[in-house]
Amino acid sequence: MTSIDNLKKRIIIGTQVIKPTVSVIPAFEIRNLKLWYSQNQALHDVSFDIAANQVTAIIGPSGCGKSTFLRSLNRLHETIAGSRMEGSIKLFGDDLYLKSIDAAYVRRRVGMVFQKSNPFPTMSIAENVLVGLRLNGVNDQKFLKQRLEESLRLSALWDEVKDFLDRPGVSLSGGQQQRLCIARALAVQPEVLLMDEPCSALDPIATMKIEELIQTLRTKVSIVIVTHNMQQASRCSNKTAFFYLGRLIEYSETRTIFTNPLNPQTEAYVSGRFG
Amino acid sequence: MNNLYSNVVHFRPSERQQKLRRWKSYFVKLALGCATILVVTPLFLVLYFLAKEGASSLTVDFFTQLPKPSGEIGGGMANAIVGSITLLALASSIGIPLGILGGVYLAEYGNETVNYWIRLCADILNGVPSIVWGMVVYAILVIPFKAFSAYAGGLALGLIMIPLIMRTTEEVILLVPQSYREAGLALGIARWKIISSIVLRTALKGIVTGVLVAIARVSGETAPLIFTAFGNSFWNHSLAQPIAALPLQIYTYAISPYEDLHHQAWAGALVLMLLILGINIIVRFISRNKSTT
Repeated sequence: MTSIDNLKKRIIIGTQVIKPTVSVIPAFEIRNLKLWYSQNQALHDVSFDIAANQVTAIIGPSGCGKSTFLRSLNRLHETIAGSRMEGSIKLFGDDLYLKSIDAAYVRRRVGMVFQKSNPFPTMSIAENVLVGLRLNGVNDQKFLKQRLEESLRLSALWDEVKDFLDRPGVSLSGGQQQRLCIARALAVQPEVLLMDEPCSALDPIATMKIEELIQTLRTKVSIVIVTHNMQQASRCSNKTAFFYLGRLIEYSETRTIFTNPLNPQTEAYVSGRFG
Repeated sequence: MNNLYSNVVHFRPSERQQKLRRWKSYFVKLALGCATILVVTPLFLVLYFLAKEGASSLTVDFFTQLPKPSGEIGGGMANAIVGSITLLALASSIGIPLGILGGVYLAEYGNETVNYWIRLCADILNGVPSIVWGMVVYAILVIPFKAFSAYAGGLALGLIMIPLIMRTTEEVILLVPQSYREAGLALGIARWKIISSIVLRTALKGIVTGVLVAIARVSGETAPLIFTAFGNSFWNHSLAQPIAALPLQIYTYAISPYEDLHHQAWAGALVLMLLILGINIIVRFISRNKSTT
């Protein structure tokens, strides 16, 4: 019940709940990012900074390049044949696209949660959480046990699953599975967590739990969340970037974007006139 | 858009129409039932006939004795049973790893053009009569070493298994959703580890089934063994020497003029079938335990 009350409260107060915190070093510095899938240019000259220890929401209509942008932040677009990028992205000052840097290393620093929860079907809850560490060569049982509990506590799942960690990960409910995926991403201790529409397949209660989780997590990791749900963006983000047709149209404080946007396209989108 | 449904006439089927529907449904069910029986009957007839003919000659001697010299009554196929198992083990040690690796390559690596030609070759090889495999191995192994051998028989069967296992492995790996690979990549796990620890584990049941089908297929092969393993009336003491195999022994006995040998051939066929059944049950049991934990 308390969480439902929280949701009501948050809807009433709206964007006022979140006070933006100011951080000096940006998590991401994106400069002149252009990205192509074969001949199709998906991103046109995107440049902005994503602040550390904040929640940054990416909004925009379908096919505007939101997900592509998110994937360029952990180099996951590289798995798609024919993709090509120009420009630079720095993570806390380190260029992610240097030739000498392995994509796997980037992805260990930049975790990701997907639209559809995807726990590995052959693994138990505990195995799912620890798979990132185990397959990266961590074998210290004590450390693993500790990380297991920490990650599950961080993703607010520990109390629900602590008595049956050996059950298959896919035996959980949809919302729990998504939190399991968050725990799995957090277990490798990333500096940034990317979320690609993490709640679009969840019911309102599960969505609310994830949103609460985002609020507690942002003190520990920087979060970039792609969402179709504008209420969600306004509820849980500090800053919002609006993408349209592969271009960054506007990037500002969330409150500004939703109450007083500079660009008429942004205004039209957030007020529901298109998209 | 609004008047899309405006001209739909709602009607309630009359009593007669409903009756007609029920009859139609009943007849379709009946036809399907008949079709099922038609398909399954020959299968069960074969099994029944095999069990009936084979069981009567299935004695302890059959499993423990060597074949008697021609003309004498009795004896068994102990050497052929062991020989078949040996040949299957040899074939599996060649066919399973190469087939699975090939399947992984096709599904996860390679490029369109190369994969197209590999698939084409594999599909052609799957359709090649098995005696051709025997001839190839005869040319590359038997002639240079001037000896029929268990190695040659195992190689011939193993080569038959490769394209079979490769194609089924590829298909089941492609069935593993892309989202699992992405989840693994997003955790910073190396690609080969994602494939070996996540993708293959998810596809394990399908791969095991493919391997079983391949083993079952080659365990009954006779033609490629005729001029590779050759057959042997005694125990095989070295894999570099000719070895007996159940299908070969069945073939030899079945075309012989002696009633007693015919019975032994039936018993051999039954044992061959039970062997395949046994492999099926064991591997299925193992794979079930592995994939649910």
